[in-house]
Amino acid sequence: MERLEHRLGFLTGLPIIVLLLISFIMPLFVVAGFAIMPQRVFELAHLPDFSSFAVIWEQGYYKSLLRSLGLAFLTTAILFVVCWPLAYGMAKVFGRFTLVITLAVVLILFVSENIRLFGWTLSLMKGGLIEGHLRAWTGLSFESPLYDWPVIVFGMAYVYFPFMLFPLAQGISLVPDDARLAASDLGASPARILFEIEMPLAAPGIMVGSLLTFVLSAGAVAEAKLLGGRSVVVLTDDVESAFTFGQNWPLGSALSLMLIVIVAVLAMVPISRINLDAIMGRKR
Amino acid sequence: MKPVSNTTRIALYLYGFLIIAVLYLPLVSVGFASVSKARYLTFPINRYTSEWMVQAVTSPNVHDLVLTSLKIAVSVTVLSMVIGFFGALAFARFQWKYRNLFQKLILLPIFFPQTVLGLALLIWFSALGIQPSWKTAVVAHLVWIAPITTLIIAIRAYGFDPALEEAARDMGASTLTILREVTLPLLMPGVISAGLFAFLLSWGNFPLSLFTTGVDSTLPKWLYARMVSGYTPQIPALGVLSVVGSALLMTIGFLVFRWTRRRA
Repeated sequence: MERLEHRLGFLTGLPIIVLLLISFIMPLFVVAGFAIMPQRVFELAHLPDFSSFAVIWEQGYYKSLLRSLGLAFLTTAILFVVCWPLAYGMAKVFGRFTLVITLAVVLILFVSENIRLFGWTLSLMKGGLIEGHLRAWTGLSFESPLYDWPVIVFGMAYVYFPFMLFPLAQGISLVPDDARLAASDLGASPARILFEIEMPLAAPGIMVGSLLTFVLSAGAVAEAKLLGGRSVVVLTDDVESAFTFGQNWPLGSALSLMLIVIVAVLAMVPISRINLDAIMGRKR
Repeated sequence: MKPVSNTTRIALYLYGFLIIAVLYLPLVSVGFASVSKARYLTFPINRYTSEWMVQAVTSPNVHDLVLTSLKIAVSVTVLSMVIGFFGALAFARFQWKYRNLFQKLILLPIFFPQTVLGLALLIWFSALGIQPSWKTAVVAHLVWIAPITTLIIAIRAYGFDPALEEAARDMGASTLTILREVTLPLLMPGVISAGLFAFLLSWGNFPLSLFTTGVDSTLPKWLYARMVSGYTPQIPALGVLSVVGSALLMTIGFLVFRWTRRRA
């Protein structure tokens, strides 16, 4: 019986294992291979060198990497603060309203992210939904926040909002009410309860949510293009130009590889710690 | 004692409504823009027209885009339902040696930036000498969507009783018969909702299609190219139509789901 289970498990897992090996793991190795090829070659049949990394250093491409990581970090921090109260409400306060919020947030995920970001340019531009109506009704006006870096952070926070909200709500639901009550009875202030009881106990959710939003926004490109115009060049922008206009695959690969390594290291932490059977299979 | 005071409670509800309003605000703008008569859009809108919508629906170029998006979404849906069904069994049902490792492998692509994945696949296809087309886009979408359908079906697979399968085996049913007659019907609701997710996610996906469709263009990719190059009223009109399409499908899916549940 046990041998049968083992064989069946392997056989049923095989289709997706093959899919991911051929079209996820192997492409990543090819990217790594191109990253150590000489400049502007289109095959892997050359002697490896590290010229791409030298170019990244000398021509300042590392700046766009740092910029992307900085913007991603800011996005994550802002999303954490914005999502915490709502996640708290969903886990502990709302009851049926939690379902309404969950549905509303999941449904918006099915609308292409570029349509939603385009909607923001129409809302925020001079003469757009917000400024246009404000001027028509009150005569007041304001400069458009578009085409600068803060609006890119806003756009990323908007697009990746669900990826922070749901893990946080899941994490907060792990905090037992008794622990809060006990701390409160002993005279702890709300701030102290937040920092010393709730946040440590909700740590798994905080970790998953933060890493997910950080990783996704570090690799984002549409926010910078659609809301930021060409004012801010992010890493994925540089990668794209290296592959298209630049026709320099090794440079593009080396830039992607740096991002991939950072993502892989960060993603390993929650993935290695999560016990999926416990999270998903509560019924058993 | 209640967990929060009444004032906090009301504040949290208001905050919830505010967030939902902010989430949907851009769609309101796109909606208004799609029916504004002025070629150069400014709010508030004074004159309305359905001209752009009619233009979008009748344009042969749009028909091609919709057809390509549909071809990709339908292939992705069918393939990811099959792959996800088997994957979910390996994920949740069978106790096998490498199950833990397998579960983590499934999570990796979901944690991965999609644009970078698209680029990596572009290099990979070129290295193999494969010309990018809508078929390569199907592969790219699958890498991200098949793990998601696997997870959705796995939730269902965790919930069912293995004793049902064992009973069938004791009565002499072969492994294939059990899969077809016991496992598949039990997991069907999960498979159907996974299929709906797969279709909608593929239909709206843009970062994976950006680099992997080659000369074929999908609706989101075409919209993006137009958005970057400047405003035309066709963009919001097509955007609205695409969203309405998804919404219709979701409603139909929901009704079918409720109908099958009532019968069961």
